[in-house]
Amino acid sequence: MENSASYKIYFINDSAAAIDFGNVIDKEINAKAVALFNYLKQYPIEGMIEAIPAYSSVSIYFDILSLRKKIPSHKKVYDWIQNKLNQVMASKVTGFETIADLVRIPVCYDEEFAIDLPWIATQKNLTREEIIHLHSSRQYHVYMLGFLPGFSYMGEVDEKIAVPRKPEPQPILAGSVGIAGKQTGIYPLNSPGGWQIIGRTPLKMFDKNKMEPCLLKAGDSVEFYSITKDEFNHIQDNPPLLRRGVGGEAA
Amino acid sequence: MSLKIIKAGVLDTIQDLGRYGSQYLGINPGGAMDRFAAQVVNMLTGNDIYEPVIELHFPSSIFLFEQEAMIAVGGADFSATIDGEHIPLWQPVIVAKNSILQFEKWKKGARCYLAIKEKLNIEKWLGSYSTNIKAASGGFNGRSLQKNDEISFKEKCDYKCFLKDNDFVALPWKADILWKETLIERIAIVPGNEWELLTKESRKKIFKDFFVIGSLADRMGYRLQGTLNAKQGCELVSSIVSFGTIQLLPNGELIILMADHQTAGGYPRIAYVASAHLPLLAQKQPGDKIYFRFTDQENAEELLFLQPQHLLQLQTACKFRLAEFFSEKEN
Repeated sequence: MENSASYKIYFINDSAAAIDFGNVIDKEINAKAVALFNYLKQYPIEGMIEAIPAYSSVSIYFDILSLRKKIPSHKKVYDWIQNKLNQVMASKVTGFETIADLVRIPVCYDEEFAIDLPWIATQKNLTREEIIHLHSSRQYHVYMLGFLPGFSYMGEVDEKIAVPRKPEPQPILAGSVGIAGKQTGIYPLNSPGGWQIIGRTPLKMFDKNKMEPCLLKAGDSVEFYSITKDEFNHIQDNPPLLRRGVGGEAA
Repeated sequence: MSLKIIKAGVLDTIQDLGRYGSQYLGINPGGAMDRFAAQVVNMLTGNDIYEPVIELHFPSSIFLFEQEAMIAVGGADFSATIDGEHIPLWQPVIVAKNSILQFEKWKKGARCYLAIKEKLNIEKWLGSYSTNIKAASGGFNGRSLQKNDEISFKEKCDYKCFLKDNDFVALPWKADILWKETLIERIAIVPGNEWELLTKESRKKIFKDFFVIGSLADRMGYRLQGTLNAKQGCELVSSIVSFGTIQLLPNGELIILMADHQTAGGYPRIAYVASAHLPLLAQKQPGDKIYFRFTDQENAEELLFLQPQHLLQLQTACKFRLAEFFSEKEN
């Protein structure tokens, strides 16, 4: 991969290795990780089971039992994997950056859903309207999915509304939109969670019955727009068909 | 005609060897905690190792067989009985129609596996039969088995000539799994990417002291009692973790991630368990002591290759025995 001189390879278990570009939250570094993931999806390394992108790394699972049979017995499989990964990194491959879909996500910031908005308002000395405006007036980058099926780690929120996680996880309902530090994200399922909740989307972020069960993918761009409770109910009762697409409306 | 749950256990789910290929969506692999036992019980019935099995915790469900079946039970010992009579572990057993499988008493281990030759009629979700309770998907309706659930079988065999008037017949061979339990006294771990964060004392202590598995120990992970020290506080951006990752929590405690781990995490990954030793760990429960020993990537790899050799031999032996048994009775 081009421009990826600075990376480190290490193993996360005896059948998976990570290619790590550094312990940072950075859009450009994340783009490298996502491009590498896209590349591996199209050109999987022999014996590869799956690749998983994170903020600044890609982890790759291997079927090391089948590799053992293919590789000369005097060679260690992990050495072979390490060499392969270095070869991939040395190859001049470009054009695998994600073509970001812009997904516009409706959020109802109504009191009923925005359980932690009053606390943020007090902490940050902002009005409710200011917080909603700050959250919904910029574009966010989807760095990765993780934690729960379809849970998207997005950033970065305006410093003015960046607040720490709750000290203890609390029960959170599906669709809840939260803030943790400079990250924002949407809970796709009911789950315990520690992010500060400021609203809820009526969209299904995760649908197990779909071929592509998650609405977002790493590398996407997201915009939030404010809707009323009535609009929330309407969208929930009439789920939109068109959910994705370049520049497409999410609702 | 099928398997009916007449009383629900505390957490009994359909599992296989895991759901790979969807972790990029945040969907974890899940799968049987003790992959070794899950494979062995399948082999004993002549099934493919990728067939779904039922993973049982204690107290376990009570099952009614609405048709004849050949089963194998292995892993933890929960005193399995058919109509009140004990059946052996790690041995194929033919059970009669209307017989009741019950697990009467906890004896050893944490997870017991039930394989059925007639094959559970379950659909795959994203390539796997494993139950993902969080996503309410996979397995049987995406949840643990409940009273009155009925799982149909894909196949039907006639075992009348073997059963005669008995409730069950245990076939006369047993899987030799002793090597697994007796050879491993210490769980082998390989230093992870954040190993150096531990102080020198803690890097020694982890191999010297024993750790007790705390009360928070389930399919997601085991919290260990006792603390280690980090040189400095460490904030990691979320990165990929796996079954067997050992993380250092901010309070100095360790957590070993198990089958239902999240796909990503932000705590330092100080080490990982050699995957050959995960089945042993999967049979531990709160209050159990564990010792760690140091190993490296090379040795972990060698350990891992030993297991399939045993399993392959076992699979061949099982197939041979089954074929022989059925042909003898036919002649």
